[in-house]
Amino acid sequence: MILSKMKTSCSNFSNESDAQDVSRRALLAGGAASLGWLCLSGPAIALTEQQARKMVETLVDEVNAIIVSKDSEASKIRRFEQLFIKYADTDFMARYALGADGRSASAADIKAFTKAFQGYVARKYGGRFREFIGGRLEVMSAAKRKSIIEVKTKAFLQGTAPFEVTFQLSDRSGSDRFVNMFIEGVNLLLTERTEIGALLDRRGGSIRKLAEDLKTL
Amino acid sequence: MFVLFTKPLRHSVTAAILVLLTGCAAVPEGAEFSDPYEQANRKVHSFNTGVDRVLLRPSSQAYGTVIPEPVKQGVTNFASNLNQPGYVVNDVLQGNVEDASHNFFRFLVNTVFGFGGLLNPADSFGLEERSSDFGETLHVWGAEEGNYLELPLLGPSTGRDAVGTVVDIAMNPLNFVLPSEQATAAAIATGASVVGDRYQYSDFIDSILYESADSYAQARLQYLQNRRFTLADGSVEEEDYFDPFEDEDFLQ
Repeated sequence: MILSKMKTSCSNFSNESDAQDVSRRALLAGGAASLGWLCLSGPAIALTEQQARKMVETLVDEVNAIIVSKDSEASKIRRFEQLFIKYADTDFMARYALGADGRSASAADIKAFTKAFQGYVARKYGGRFREFIGGRLEVMSAAKRKSIIEVKTKAFLQGTAPFEVTFQLSDRSGSDRFVNMFIEGVNLLLTERTEIGALLDRRGGSIRKLAEDLKTL
Repeated sequence: MFVLFTKPLRHSVTAAILVLLTGCAAVPEGAEFSDPYEQANRKVHSFNTGVDRVLLRPSSQAYGTVIPEPVKQGVTNFASNLNQPGYVVNDVLQGNVEDASHNFFRFLVNTVFGFGGLLNPADSFGLEERSSDFGETLHVWGAEEGNYLELPLLGPSTGRDAVGTVVDIAMNPLNFVLPSEQATAAAIATGASVVGDRYQYSDFIDSILYESADSYAQARLQYLQNRRFTLADGSVEEEDYFDPFEDEDFLQ
């Protein structure tokens, strides 16, 4: 059902043979969501509150599917990393985490760092998704704030009072992506800028060295 | 830690600290903070981390694994109920009639029907915990956040919140009504609930204190963000709203 909606809402998409190939593979893999993803990333479609809300709901479903699966911990983390790459603007997030230190870096270093950062985030936060077992995330509201769309959700976890988890989405990269997340007001981008900044300081500011070390952090 | 301060402190002391700490350090909006005492704060942070490592963390592990769950829950409920009268006082000072009556009835229900607060029937009546403190009252009255402070044993705070903590301890209504025996029991329950909290949130606290590259900076960031979020109560002004694309590092 979702699939057919995605197909009809994105006619410009079937004209491109590359995209068609990708979409066929996605279909074969049963990845309805990834088709929707490619569709949303079509040119000049501004991100609406409705789409943002839908994206958060899809993401939550996919996260839940990983959590309840019988996969090993390592394979779950790998799936989290794929999810992170698929839904988040990881280029932007990695560059934000580097902050001013990233401005003078070479493109190759930034690329290596971004790749390492994806794995690091998946391990760090994916590992903590265990706490979500038996819990649920309810979308409360979506609203445009400044240049982004903010989607507020409430997390209901076992043994804790409900708390607020907020997502920030943007289409600035050319496609609709997650760019940030807040848990009870604590900002993921700022947390990681602090952390990455401290890790960089310890390595004399070498992004290359950090990209190497981040693979095992 | 709270045990040290069960006697009300003199108002003059409070007033002096108030002037000293809140001063007039205006904090820029957004993600900024003011930490001119960073050097001293970092020393306190290593002290606090040391106390956690040798004392609080191990005892919380023992407490968490040895004490049966219903007992731990009872201690948490009892200690939480003791905070309710203080919440009511602060709600009144903030002119928040709704929360004041909410917290008053929560205290009443849990004290009467929850065996002095050991049980927490109020939650199932929709009277969930709505905490408040004098730091929040100062915020409502228009006091600025002030400088970041890490207090010995008490941990992350700000000028405004440090004053709030002192005042909350001094003006807790129970200090004036409880006979000394019950006051001691209350202090012990509060201490035990701190240890219990350390156990309940151990993954999170450990990740900050022992797994981050700069635990001082991480604790400061997390405290300030969460505190500002709580005080704003979901109503952030548009100009203060955090938009990562406004960051100067990304302006062309």
